[in-house]
Amino acid sequence: MTAISDTSKEWELAPPLSTRLKGMFGSTYRAAKRDLVLAAAITVLLVGLFLAIFAPTLARTDYERTDPVNRILAPNSHNWFGTDNWGRDVFDRTIVGTRLSFLVGFSVTLISTVIGVGVALVISYFRVLDAVMMRFVDGLLAFPTILLALALISLIGPSVGNVILALSVTATAGKIRLVRGAVLSLRESTYVEAARAIGVPVPRILMLHVLPNIVGIIIVQATFTLASAILAEASLSFLGAGVPEYVPSWGNIIATGQGYIQVGFHISFFPGLFLTGTVLAVVLIGDSVRDHLDPRLRGRLRTTAAQQ
Amino acid sequence: MTESLLKVENLRTHFRTDGGLVKAVDDVSFEVQQGETFALVGESGCGKSVTALSIMGLIPNPPGEIVSGKIELDGVDLTQLSFGEMRAIRGSKIAMIFQEPMTSLNPVLTIESQLSEALKIHTDLSKKAANDRALELINMVGIADARTRLKQYPHQLSGGQRQRVMIAMAMSCTPKLLIADEATTALDVTIQAQILDLMKDVTEQSGTALLIITHNLGIVARYANRVAVMYAGKLREVGEAVDMYTEPRHPYTVGLLRSVPRLDSEKGAPLAPIAGEIPDLTNLPGGCAFSPRCRWAVDRCFAENPLLEETSPGKKVACFEHASVGLNV
Amino acid sequence: MSSTPVGSVSATPILEVNQLKVYFPVKRGLIIQRTVGEVKAVDGVDLQIKHGETLGLVGESGSGKTTFGRAILRLNDATGGSIRYQGEDVLALRGRAMRKLRRKIGMVFQDPYGSLNPRMTVGNIVAEPMLVHKIFEQRSMIKDRVMELFDTVGLNRSMAKRYPHEFSGGQRQRIGIARALASGPQLLICDEPVSALDVSIQAQIISLFDRLKIEQNLTYLFIAHDLSVVRHVSDRVAVMYLGHVVEQGAADAIYRDPQHPYTKALLSAVPIPDPVVERRRERVVLKGDMPSPLNPPKGCVFNTRCPIAEERCFVEIPLPRTFSDGRQIACHKVVI
Repeated sequence: MTAISDTSKEWELAPPLSTRLKGMFGSTYRAAKRDLVLAAAITVLLVGLFLAIFAPTLARTDYERTDPVNRILAPNSHNWFGTDNWGRDVFDRTIVGTRLSFLVGFSVTLISTVIGVGVALVISYFRVLDAVMMRFVDGLLAFPTILLALALISLIGPSVGNVILALSVTATAGKIRLVRGAVLSLRESTYVEAARAIGVPVPRILMLHVLPNIVGIIIVQATFTLASAILAEASLSFLGAGVPEYVPSWGNIIATGQGYIQVGFHISFFPGLFLTGTVLAVVLIGDSVRDHLDPRLRGRLRTTAAQQ
Repeated sequence: MTESLLKVENLRTHFRTDGGLVKAVDDVSFEVQQGETFALVGESGCGKSVTALSIMGLIPNPPGEIVSGKIELDGVDLTQLSFGEMRAIRGSKIAMIFQEPMTSLNPVLTIESQLSEALKIHTDLSKKAANDRALELINMVGIADARTRLKQYPHQLSGGQRQRVMIAMAMSCTPKLLIADEATTALDVTIQAQILDLMKDVTEQSGTALLIITHNLGIVARYANRVAVMYAGKLREVGEAVDMYTEPRHPYTVGLLRSVPRLDSEKGAPLAPIAGEIPDLTNLPGGCAFSPRCRWAVDRCFAENPLLEETSPGKKVACFEHASVGLNV
Repeated sequence: MSSTPVGSVSATPILEVNQLKVYFPVKRGLIIQRTVGEVKAVDGVDLQIKHGETLGLVGESGSGKTTFGRAILRLNDATGGSIRYQGEDVLALRGRAMRKLRRKIGMVFQDPYGSLNPRMTVGNIVAEPMLVHKIFEQRSMIKDRVMELFDTVGLNRSMAKRYPHEFSGGQRQRIGIARALASGPQLLICDEPVSALDVSIQAQIISLFDRLKIEQNLTYLFIAHDLSVVRHVSDRVAVMYLGHVVEQGAADAIYRDPQHPYTKALLSAVPIPDPVVERRRERVVLKGDMPSPLNPPKGCVFNTRCPIAEERCFVEIPLPRTFSDGRQIACHKVVI
């Protein structure tokens, strides 16, 4: 068996979480220095974050005011991404839209992941709770996502907050089902059995023996949620249940452009590009974090790096 | 001595892996005589199963490949045959039984259809005749209530019964050579005894040679005529079974024999384990691969690899120090 | 026949199991589940282990030996009977008290690949029982103890920071043993601890068990299907078949002269690695398979395969009888 551990430092008893996180980020940073694709992905996300915060002050035009004279202009030196069917600058609308799309995408992902994983971990250890909760989740999942969100919003009224809430509900249900399955199969594993046999209390089993071993599944599912939430926000807005049409979000702009795809391809194309770039970046970063959290893969990454 | 049925000469089967080149079988030569029971013994990763798969022409390529050497069955070199020719030999002249009988049988087909399938491929029996023969075979391997069993699916049979079906299937065309690769390892001892007895019986009746691949020295002692001991891709000692146990000449054979607890030994009789670990095949020690674990190793063993050489009639050992090696030394 | 205990075996039992039953319900139905039957994995087992001795529990797959071991640690729920560990009623323990029990009894598992969390360094794996049971006040003391345990089981101290996948099967089993010893238990339940290992590595681990028993003054419940290994380690042996103990007593006596027809068959089925001895042995080869524990035979559970069964055996369940040499045998037909 080949030894591939870092031999530089001595073993320390379970290091505190902060050092472990630091190690994780440090290892991702070192990986980014070697891996240009990963570095690009991180850059894309950082630029997105910058735009989400500062874009409204960067916009050169009044991106909500209609200008019918200049409608559906192809990209040119003044309107880099062209203009839409109301004559609004697509570049400005796209960068400003970053804020709303990021807000919805990341909020829904964060909320559904935290609640979904938490609930799944808890119910998998209490049989009665599990039976009740899973029937409820099945009920939720029986509805198409958009229909359920639409119904919820018509109850509580359209607003950004409520869009996030409505989308989080459906995303959480999916997460609970997925993670519960993984937890149940892990619970049968011998090392969880072994942990029980030495008297490890249930919360510690969940946090230390189960959770770290399902991180891969959680990350993959989270990247998927992010992309679908950004698109779902657009669908809701398109159906009048999200934000008003004039407020820019990537989804809104893409939805608007759909009707003009033959005459003004650029309207949907550029925000679509931003969306694709963001999702791709998140997927790449997610993959990398997952690999660096797994000691088996981490070792392999290090040896291949050493060979190169 | 009867003439040899299977002749493996300087066989090398290598695998290309991420970790480097694995010489799973490295210059292996042995012969199996007509109708004899030959045992290939070794621990996990020693190359015994890869040897069997090489004979069957079942090495997955890539990553594996028979790099050089000959495998002659009745004078025909199997390594030179085309895929189609090899398929015709598999099942009719050589048959193999694997460790896991559940995965070797198709779970959605009845026992009858799987048995007659094997017959139809290699013979020109009609459907009716094939079904009759299937019944005959099931009776031969001692499965009670044969007619009902034939209509059942693999999961309805116990592990021992599934292995009996595998034997029936393997013997359906009366092959010249039957390879049993850890065929009883997954079974309980009482069932293991049944299956091994059965295998010995059916091969003796039809004059089929039996190649037993196992890590269990007890099985070898009971059933084998001759034995080859394998370690890290190479044969270390080949000879008569009785001889191997009473006068082992390779330090590894000695080590194995002294490290297995025996049913008939006294309680607490000390074991003499072999020190160290089984080496990683991608990173073998220089010289003789056993040298780091060997009590008899001298300087030469760490530098040079000993070849398998005849030390007395019918006995071959690959060790520089074989003259001083023994059970009581 | 003598059955005098060997070594530092004391007279008081450390573990006392009476009429233990572990049944698993078999449920059918998609939504409304109903119990359609029971698998009687352990069905009325009486066993005692004295302080300092090794009890070998043997049987084939499905005999209930693993379930028995797990029931002692409350990893499986007992359906009936009683378990006393050092006088304490194990089945009455709840919550924290039950976890405390697991500090006093260690367990070594069969699968060296699956029993270690792949995301933890092996140092942390060995340290976990001490952290969980708060055995030391200072973390530095835990570290020292982990290093000691690494020495004890024959692992290099520098290996502590590595992850399980970097170790071979034998090394992983050493790690598993170090973890089982970490909380300082007196009883070690070893469930097939060497059956997944290669022959040459097996002997290393068995020798380790031999040494630890003396050094740490341990008591073992050694569960295995390999009768030769059990022969080597055990003072006493209990043979299980379909949830019942059919024969138990001093290992020497049972191996020299098995009395129950199943024990006879089981021992004779194990080939001895010596062709001269092996080919002259007389063997009893059993017919058929072990019946399903879901539907065990009436009367004696062994009657479907027993070569000497008579009418009575199909009607009446044989109770264990104690014979002059202290052996307990559950068979109508045995007379000594």
